[in-house]
Amino acid sequence: MRPRRRALVTIVTLAALAAVPVIAGLAYQPFYLDLFRRIMIFAIAAVSLDIILGYGGMVSLGHAAYLGIGAYAVAVPALHGIHSAWLQWPLAMALSGLAALLIGAVSLRTSGVYFIMITLAFAQMLYYIGISIEPWGGDDGMRLAGRSQLGGPLDLGDPHVFYYVVLALLAALLLVGERVVEARFGTVIRAVKSNEARLQAIGVASFRYKLAAFVLAGAVCGLAGALLANQTEYLTPSFMHWTRSGDIIVMVILGGMGTLVGPVLGAAALLLLEHVLSAWTVHWQVILGPLLVLVVLYARGGLSSVLPGVGARHG
Amino acid sequence: MAEPLLAVRGLRKRFGGLVATDGVDLEVAEGEALAIIGPNGAGKTTLIGQLSGDVRPDAGTIRFAGADVTALPAAARSHRGLARSFQITSIFREFTALDNVALAVQAHAGHSFRFWRSARAEAVLREPARVILAQVGLEGRADVVAGTLAHGEQRQLEIAMALATRPRLLLLDEPVAGMGADESQRMVQLLRALRGRHTIVLVEHDMDVVFALADRISVLVYGRVIATGAPETIRLDAEVRRAYLGEEVPG
Amino acid sequence: MTWLLVVEQMLNGLQLGVMLFLVAAGLTLVFGIMNLVNLAHGSLYMVGAYFGVAFLGWTGSFAASVVLALLATLLVGMLVEVIALRTLYERDHLDQVLATFGLILFFNELVAIVWGRAALFASVPPALGGFVELLPGLRYPVYRAVIILVGLAVALLLYVVVSRTRLGMLIRAGASNRTMVAALGVNIRLLYTVVFGFGAALAGLGGLMAGPIYTVQPGMGEDLLIEVLVVIVIGGIGSIRGALVGAVVVGMVDTLGRAFLKPLMATVVSPAAADSAGPALASMLVYILMATVLCFRPQGLFPAVRSR
Repeated sequence: MRPRRRALVTIVTLAALAAVPVIAGLAYQPFYLDLFRRIMIFAIAAVSLDIILGYGGMVSLGHAAYLGIGAYAVAVPALHGIHSAWLQWPLAMALSGLAALLIGAVSLRTSGVYFIMITLAFAQMLYYIGISIEPWGGDDGMRLAGRSQLGGPLDLGDPHVFYYVVLALLAALLLVGERVVEARFGTVIRAVKSNEARLQAIGVASFRYKLAAFVLAGAVCGLAGALLANQTEYLTPSFMHWTRSGDIIVMVILGGMGTLVGPVLGAAALLLLEHVLSAWTVHWQVILGPLLVLVVLYARGGLSSVLPGVGARHG
Repeated sequence: MAEPLLAVRGLRKRFGGLVATDGVDLEVAEGEALAIIGPNGAGKTTLIGQLSGDVRPDAGTIRFAGADVTALPAAARSHRGLARSFQITSIFREFTALDNVALAVQAHAGHSFRFWRSARAEAVLREPARVILAQVGLEGRADVVAGTLAHGEQRQLEIAMALATRPRLLLLDEPVAGMGADESQRMVQLLRALRGRHTIVLVEHDMDVVFALADRISVLVYGRVIATGAPETIRLDAEVRRAYLGEEVPG
Repeated sequence: MTWLLVVEQMLNGLQLGVMLFLVAAGLTLVFGIMNLVNLAHGSLYMVGAYFGVAFLGWTGSFAASVVLALLATLLVGMLVEVIALRTLYERDHLDQVLATFGLILFFNELVAIVWGRAALFASVPPALGGFVELLPGLRYPVYRAVIILVGLAVALLLYVVVSRTRLGMLIRAGASNRTMVAALGVNIRLLYTVVFGFGAALAGLGGLMAGPIYTVQPGMGEDLLIEVLVVIVIGGIGSIRGALVGAVVVGMVDTLGRAFLKPLMATVVSPAAADSAGPALASMLVYILMATVLCFRPQGLFPAVRSR
């Protein structure tokens, strides 16, 4: 996607998201506030994955692990009476980043099929650990003892405030992300996807940059996890289940990978689709499954390639 | 006599049952141009791969610029001053020509852990890249997406990227591969202009190019160097002719 | 903690290993020869289990249900290959991951539609019920012993096929250099379909044997799949020998770890600590093993792939 188009789509998307609470209020449908907030939280996770997947070509099937870590980084301190978001959320990002560092240090030595399987395996390992920790609810998970506290007028208990906090974070992420992909770091990451052998031949030790991107993506996803815990007020290890990782990848692809705003659209598309289909039938996944296969086979550019005047940017 | 810039001793590499490199010794003095020729399957690309750091030799040593680089990975060798171009064009197809060269400049302009400033806006990367593009004759194509360049232009871009890393030694793997007569001529002129300033190790099939550029020639057959010397000597060498033409040279 | 208990757990580990091998063998070939990341392989295992239960209920005969379930799974596998997977061989791994992920969703929901979400109860066939006394004082379930035997027999059969037959030669050649095999004029499409069908049947066999001892429910394939992937990573892609070694190792480590880590820890740290950390660590063992193998041999223990 050309940068100007991308900027336009981003602005329109953010504006639309900003308008949702107003529209939902006017139509007396507070449920949509909740739904779109959920969409935005997953959008944050999806955008973080886009950095390594869409731009860097690293097919990580274990990204949901960081959602889980971020969520537990909120819930466990809350359990012990620590409710400050200023402590919990940085902790969520730090722990997720650390996990990404460890997982990445091992996984990024491999590539191709091995890399996919290893990221999957490590994430699932975290899931199994989560199930076996009884004090934190084990398989059943645990309730959030109380929402994160930002202090002052920013009360996450107020649906509107919470909504705009998430929107602000998403907007900030898109802005920062835009700078990062155009900077030296982003250029190297894009080159990794384009031709890693060439990149090394000209003198870039690509491993450290891939690992850094991996850590950054994990940390941002950890923040999404922290927000998710606040959103659902209940968390289970299933946040980390690999099928959740699959969902996030689907969001990135559906929306158009390598575009930053594409995953936001993809998150909206997937969650809205789920919402609509599940109203028809409880077995909506039997429709979603083949639909996904068809999209992959015939519409790989994603939504952003369908928008007028936009060229498909896929690799 | 000064130590050669590149010194290879006893290099060996086998892939399963196939011996690709069978005890190769080579020396390249600073500033000279060595061409490596040989029939297909002689192991030329494997040899280049070992010199550039993409292939790990089973045995032997490679010394470059006075240090043992045998175990050094490709990226590290690039920082020592060894640049390579690829036989099968290997560029960043989605980037523009200028982006390609600027990235090579960036690779040697400190680290890339910069997250805010657009790399496209960094004159310290773009300006040298433009100069090098002009040097190889691509200044008019700077903003063209590399994947859409003509084949010959892509080969020129390969050279540009190698030059942008400010190398002491250029490893060129069949630089005129797949080029027509005119394009080959231009490439030869470009490479001739580089002689002296850069040490060159060149693998080529096209004998016109070899004779136009090389100070010395080494002939590689079945992974071994069977002859090394000045172009005229090699041209007349009986063993070389036998290897290439498969015939006995009349007495 | 008696020695007999250890032996019993080792046998359980072997049994799990054999189960993992059945699913891993087909999958590692698909990875190696067709370069296809097929996440839906676990679904074939699940389908095998469901068919096993269904046909048993339908025919009342265990032998008949085995044959029918195998055939049915083979058929489903080949259908999936022809309809959905053929187009994916040429695609990049990301596409394959997404498409096969879609297949997983589809199959999980399909079995839920047909058989409901609740776990199905499959009973051990009477002929294979009861215990056998392997050692004085060690009574082991006949059914599990049969699984081990069947698994080892399959491994032997695969060894014979792969090393003694023409098909096996093509498989070995394809695993180490796919393009070469195609260039030699072998009917690649047919080879792929055969290999895939073979793998599907093996997975189905694993599934239908698993029915009586593990729970038959939607999603059962994915839980196994993760461990199968670990097996393949450890064993090396494309290698059946690697799959067998990897499977037995993983099966042993996982079973013995779960059985003995907590008691072992309790001898060193407090029982309470062992109680909370034990199970968590036990579930990590297999992945730590994988990470360790990767540090020393990133291509796995017996990689079949040398050049592409």
